[in-house]
Order: sequence, then C-alpha cells, then structure tokens
Amino acid sequence: MDKEKVLEVRDLKVSFKTYNGEVQAVRGVNFDVNKGETLAIVGESGCGKSVTSQSIMRLIPEPPGWIKSGEVLFEGKDLTQVSEKEMEDIRGKEMAMIFQDPMTSLNPTLTVGKQIMEGLIKHQHAEKHEAKERALEMLRLVGIPSPETRINQYPHQFSGGMRQRAMIAIALACRPKLLIADEPTTALDVTIQAQILDLMNELKEKLQTSTILITHDLGVVADVADRVVVMYAGKVIESGTVEEIFYRPRHPYTWGLMGSMPRLDLTREKRLNPILGTPPDLLSPPQGCPFAARCKHAMKICQQQMPESTSVEESSTHQVNCWLEHPMAPAVEPPAEVAGGGSK
Amino acid sequence: MSVAEPKVEKILEVKKVKKHFNMGRNQVVQAVDNISFDVYKGETLGLVGESGCGKSTIGRTIINLYEATDGEIRFKGQSTKDLKGKSRKDFNREMQMIFQDPYASLNPRMTVADIIAEGLDIHGLAKGEKRRRRVVELLKTVGLNEEHADRFPHEFSGGQRQRIGIARALAVDPDFIIADEPISALDVSIQAQVVNLMKKLQREKGLTYLFIAHDLSMVKYISDRIGVMYLGNLVELADSQELYDNPLHPYTEALLSAVPIPDPDMEGKRERIILKGDVPSPINPPSGCRFRTRCPKAMDICAQEVPTWQEVRPMHWVSCHLYQEESIKKEEANKNQSN
Repeated sequence: MDKEKVLEVRDLKVSFKTYNGEVQAVRGVNFDVNKGETLAIVGESGCGKSVTSQSIMRLIPEPPGWIKSGEVLFEGKDLTQVSEKEMEDIRGKEMAMIFQDPMTSLNPTLTVGKQIMEGLIKHQHAEKHEAKERALEMLRLVGIPSPETRINQYPHQFSGGMRQRAMIAIALACRPKLLIADEPTTALDVTIQAQILDLMNELKEKLQTSTILITHDLGVVADVADRVVVMYAGKVIESGTVEEIFYRPRHPYTWGLMGSMPRLDLTREKRLNPILGTPPDLLSPPQGCPFAARCKHAMKICQQQMPESTSVEESSTHQVNCWLEHPMAPAVEPPAEVAGGGSK
Repeated sequence: MSVAEPKVEKILEVKKVKKHFNMGRNQVVQAVDNISFDVYKGETLGLVGESGCGKSTIGRTIINLYEATDGEIRFKGQSTKDLKGKSRKDFNREMQMIFQDPYASLNPRMTVADIIAEGLDIHGLAKGEKRRRRVVELLKTVGLNEEHADRFPHEFSGGQRQRIGIARALAVDPDFIIADEPISALDVSIQAQVVNLMKKLQREKGLTYLFIAHDLSMVKYISDRIGVMYLGNLVELADSQELYDNPLHPYTEALLSAVPIPDPDMEGKRERIILKGDVPSPINPPSGCRFRTRCPKAMDICAQEVPTWQEVRPMHWVSCHLYQEESIKKEEANKNQSN
C-alpha cells in the first residue's frame, strides 16, 4: 500500500539575512504529501511553518531569504533548482495557495471574476468566454450565492467569509495538484470558520486535491487533516496520522501544545498546563534539541545533540525526534491530560 | 476561585445600556443596544461574540472610555455617569483595563518601570524608593523580575508584554479588571501562561474580571458565567457549564457547535450547525430579533417584535421568542389566521 507522493521535502534549510545576522528559520525539514490527503503543519508563530510553505512555492523574498540546502521534489522535479520562468508555470497551475488574510491578498482593483479568470487564461489558454463560464462554475462550487452578479463585483463588496471563498475559487480554478492553505480560517469568526472548513472538507471529497494546511489551531487540524507534522524552532519534531498525534503523542512539545489548549467539551476544573518559557532565538539556535530548555524531561544529551527521527512502535507513519525514544532513556509517562486524549 | 454560591454582592450593574455611534449622513451604528447584566464580586464574567458584536464597545463604555448613549451603569452602587473630583479618581483607580494588542498598548518611549508606575504617579500612591519597590514587587507578581524594570517594551516578547500590561493594571490595586481579548494576540502555549496567571491573581487578590474574548473554549475555561453577544445585543447569559450543557438561544447553539474540538474522533461524529450568510450591518439591523435572518428556528413573530430579556431558569437569561409563552401563543394565532 505505497501511496503516491505528490510532494517530498528533503532536508530543507531556509535562512534570512538580517541586520543582526542570519536567522535560520527552517533548519532541515523532511516530510511528504501523499495524493489526495490533507497534511497539517502545526506550530507556534516563528516555528517556520509559513516559511516552509513559501519555500515550496518559491515565494520567499530573495534576498534577504535564501534556500540554503535541501530538495523540494514535486512529482519528482526539484523545485529549488528550476528557473523563475518555469516556476511561474507551476504556480497557479500545478500548485496554488490560499493566504491567511483575505482582506489583503485579493487585488482590490480587479473584479473577483477577473481574478479567477486570470489563471485560466494564462495557464490553460482558455478563451475569455470559456474562462468566464469556468469562473461562474467555480463561484458556484465554493458556495457563493448569485454568482452572476458576484462575478462582476470587487473584493471590497464581499464579506470576510465570502472573500475567503473567492480566494479558494481562484486557487482551485486550474485544478492544481497541490493546494497550500496558510492559516485559511485564522482571520475569520468561528461561525464563518465552520462554513469554510465545511467547504474545504466538501471540496476535498469532490476534487481530491492534495492539501498542505498550515495552522496553529489543533481544533481545525482535528477537523480536516489526515496527517500532522508538528514543527518547533525550524524543525519537525513529530509527525504521524491525526489519530497518532492526538491520541498517542510522544514528543513533550506535542504534549505541551495539547495541555495548553482549553477544550470546550471538558469542565473547567481541569487546569491548563502551559509550556513554560519561550521558543529559542533562531539567530543562534541551540545546538541540541531546540525544546530542551523548556522541556520538563530534558536530559544531558538533549542539550548537546539533536535527536534523530525514530519510528514509534514500528508504525510507518508515526515519527518522533526525541531522546526519550532512545532505549537507554528513562521511561516517561505523558501527562494525564494527554494520555488517552480525553475521549478515548 | 469563587464559584456559584456567594453571589450576593453586585459590583457592577449594567442597565439597558445603549451605545450608538453617529457616522454622519444620518447613519447611526447601533454598536450596543439595550444590554443589561450584573457582575458579582469576585467572579469572572466572560463576554463572547464574533467581531462587530459590540463586546469591546460595552467594555469601553463600562470603564467610561465611551459615554453611554442611554441606560445606566452602576459601579459599587454608584452611577458612573457625571463622576467628579475624588469619586471620579477613585473610580479610575478601582477599575482597570488590560488590552488586546500588547504591541500597541505600551508606550514605546517609556521604560517598563515608568509604564507600570504611571498609575502610582497619577494617584500619588508611591514615590521614590517606595515606588521602585512597588514596581519590582509587581514585576515579580506577574512572573518577570527586577532587571526588566529599566528596559523598553520592544525588548520583550508578546507574552511578556501582556504581563507588563497586567502589572500596570494591578499597580493601583483595582477591584475590577476589564480584559479585552487579553490573549488573542498570543501563541497557544503563551495564552495558557497568561490565563493561569490571571486566575492566580484573582485568587490572591479577590479580583473581579470582565473577560472579553471571541475564543469560546478559553472563555469557558476562565469564566464563572458567560454572556453571549450578537450584533449589539446580549442574547444569553448563564453559568459557563450550564451554557455549554443547555444552550437555549439558537445562536449560542450554533456558536458552540462551530468551535472545533481538538479530538479527531469527536470532530468526525459531531453534528455542526452551520449558520447561513454573514452578520448583518449594525447600521441597519434586522427588525425584531437581530438574529432572525440567520436563525434556523425563526418564526414570523421574530421579525415583528424584539424578544424580551428574561430569566427563564434560575440564573439563566435569554432573549428569544422561543422561550416566551406569549410569543408562542401569538405565533400560533398568526398561523391559524393565515390558514
């Protein structure tokens, strides 16, 4: 049962040159995206999740940023090596992106219809009337009422939720193989977020687009993702299926994330267990495990050396980078609020 | 933590408060309309709602940053309107606010010590050596230390800045703190730190909080009671567990079901109420019940009459025609007529 891989990221390193020196935003990231699945990348601000996704699309500003090393294999082709011209053909056609803020990422001077048609005309050499038909179809697909009127309107005439729907329509117009959604619902209200998540789940069934979902909200992850990659300080520290990450997390940082989120369905007697301290400065990242300074279970080795990625209990999907997995490490039980994951 | 029982002393009474903003051209934004609730001493009252529902406006109106268009606000039994001289100064000391954006709410040209001590200076509470000692003590209370006192805000992370904001609010020994989205600009792990700090301070100092936020899970975690707002109205108010177990208003139901729970199995099984459309404009809100345009249970009467704010169960308030016997009767009468 080897699944077809759409994207393979291998040892990706991305840095930014700043006044104070080199910020190592992404420090050797590995993951795959299989066909038709939704992969969630979770982590706090500054953990490198957005930089990773922008590097895949080659959208990081160069300079000050640059891809130091690594490969981004998209259907076997290394995107870090292709020319900007080739990249222009890939962006929008083969892979597309949805951004966090629908207010600022649509062009205010073009009608929504034009923005959807743009890609179709450029990439699929569609005639204008054809493109318009497709645009209408897309608007209907993403659930925008009265698309015939909406197609001629400007973004400012749309509400926040509608703009995000329009953005999804633009991104999916050329039926890309990979969709990157960078915090697609963070700027929206919960009831609107529910609408958009619903739409994303529905489109996933219909179109089978592989998706990378970047978010900090574990609730959203539980709702739409198939697999999860947890990032911390520019590194992947744990990855696995949604069930593995939510019900059997192994990394103390993942435990911390779970423990610091209040859950609506639990009574308030349960106390939150925050992760103490703050993430490390990526201007001079620590030599060992980046989480060691905040980890309750940190050992001597953690400060000195980054742990290798280990498979958990012979699972082919669940990988964790933690010295606690080492046979010589003391057995550590996950905190009570994580063990069993609440409902199980 | 003071929970349900000793709800005797009302520290704040909000009575039919309105706040309208004049936009010119005869347009009026009815940001807050006819809101009534009480806050009891020592409790945390959470206010939730989506953007534009007026939750921040009511917070600012309570602390007198805005003047209410109509209605009355009583703090410790005294109306906050037309406060003068000493009573005004006392009010300003006893009620403090923590703001949402820790980047915008601290003066970048002042040292942390001066920011925290500004209240002390204004109210003449401490000078010289005593002032310094108080600042250091406050920094320690919020989990920072003495060496932070002479730095500037830009040298701190978001979570630390919010701690400075909390220290500033605490400096003048307030009784009542309005926290307007105090954690929404922070990362998950840092949010938990700040909320736990706020809970600890409440226990130690007997503070009363009005906690305004849009994140329902966090509000449920910190609050004793929760008020739900929609388009300038308070639609439901109840004990936080009661609100979660027995939501009465259809909007509360939808809101609760829309919050994703970090548990994939439960998410798969959960029935979600998806509201259609968007929140209407507060310039020209729908007639009758403001939620009726999106309400899955709307009746004819909802467009005609504004539902009354009533206590349908002990300590459980709701404003919805579904729970008003008269409305149900009228609705039935209407139906019979049209048949």
